[in-house]
Amino acid sequence: MSERKLEFLGYHRQDGTVGTRNYVGVLSAVVCANEVVEEIVRRVDGTARFTHHQGCCQTPMDIGQVTKTLAGLGNNPNLYSVLIVSLGCESTDLDAALDGIRANGKRAELLIIQESGGAARSIAQGVLLAQEMAREASYAKRESAPLSKIMLGMKCGSSDTTSGLIPNPAIGVASDLLINAGATSIIGETTEFIGAERIIVRNAANSKVSDEIIAMVDRMEKRAMAVGQDIRGGQPTQGNIKGGLTTIEEKSLGAIAKAGKSPFQAAYEYGERPRVSGLVVMDSPGREPEILTGLAAAGCNIIAFATGRGAPQGFPFVPVLKITGSRTAAIKMSDHIDLDLSAVIDGMLTIEAAGQQIFRELLAVASGGKTKAEILQYTNSMDIYTRGPVI
Amino acid sequence: MKIDAIMLNAEDNVATAVQDLEKMQMARVRFGENILEVQITETIPYGHKFVMKAMVKGEPILKYGEVIGTATEDIAVGQHAHVHNIESTRGRGDLR
Repeated sequence: MSERKLEFLGYHRQDGTVGTRNYVGVLSAVVCANEVVEEIVRRVDGTARFTHHQGCCQTPMDIGQVTKTLAGLGNNPNLYSVLIVSLGCESTDLDAALDGIRANGKRAELLIIQESGGAARSIAQGVLLAQEMAREASYAKRESAPLSKIMLGMKCGSSDTTSGLIPNPAIGVASDLLINAGATSIIGETTEFIGAERIIVRNAANSKVSDEIIAMVDRMEKRAMAVGQDIRGGQPTQGNIKGGLTTIEEKSLGAIAKAGKSPFQAAYEYGERPRVSGLVVMDSPGREPEILTGLAAAGCNIIAFATGRGAPQGFPFVPVLKITGSRTAAIKMSDHIDLDLSAVIDGMLTIEAAGQQIFRELLAVASGGKTKAEILQYTNSMDIYTRGPVI
Repeated sequence: MKIDAIMLNAEDNVATAVQDLEKMQMARVRFGENILEVQITETIPYGHKFVMKAMVKGEPILKYGEVIGTATEDIAVGQHAHVHNIESTRGRGDLR
């Protein structure tokens, strides 16, 4: 890359992280509070919502996951401050979530619907509180930040065979460039490591890391097998098969190309904040709402998303850059695709050059350039990954 | 120059079409800096795979230099390779 000093413009937070966006996050503590969250966010400019379907009538393991995920989302650098909306009788541990956010010096407020006197009064109170919080947030300014403050999330979805040939390896090149500048990249989708174990072992920083990742993959495969089903019913998806992907192994090998050439430094649980820089793995399923939420909860301030057939999903407060190698997707799904790399097929662009293009685009978006999903507000892809039954 | 398919690793026995390919056409397959020519024997949709080296039933299918499944029948060069003649060996809760 050029000898010019590489940096981006972001919002510096008290805990040392840097946001690429600056919202007041309005987070729902439980499925039953979603409507109030949506109304507050609809009325108040400068806010971003997080709604989901969890938080009550679940096993303690899953309730713990919901609490940790809310704290993680609240700590995402793209949020200036946080308003949690609770129904009042759910199982989510509100104190733990609020304390987890305030511990980083961030303002976190709580609105309880059953104490405010119903949805109508809660919406009115929430709008007034969020308005004041949004005004405070609006004074924050973008300032230059080193690339080590980028935490990139990587994901591929609605894949076809071009995903593994073009955008995934190109994202790998961009991720390597960021990592060489001190950044952190997170790859999730544990299901899509099935069949790619040899690559994990070869690229892991040490055997402890490769053992941890392989144990996670094994756990995910056993979870799918425990219900006595053939994983082929769901992975690859019917859309993947139509696109030419034959087996989960093939999908995995294409997906893991996003990891680039950097060594795997660590493996983390869903939504856990990485404690090292470089390339790390996060345990997560492949479905968009759950993985985008997990990446946001882990602290990702930007996400690179490769697609073959044209995946539209965005996230409310983390920009999701859509990248394709398929000309068909670039044309047919033009309102969702930010970067078209199909020139690789014509022999006009190498994977290396395509990766540098992604790298430059990521820095532009990190500095305030908007993704198509943000502009069209196609940003509803969110939910918390849980493992147990709803009871 | 426009290419018809991509092969990724010297060990691979399949290539991936990046255009819709017609029966009996010669396909230009890019492998690194080289172009290989293969006679296509049936319609191959964009994004689907075809066989580069003949294989017998039970043989592993290699892409990215790694195993992506097993051939469920003998497959000749230029034939379509997909779910009708390849099966996965992983996550098979149905085989326990």
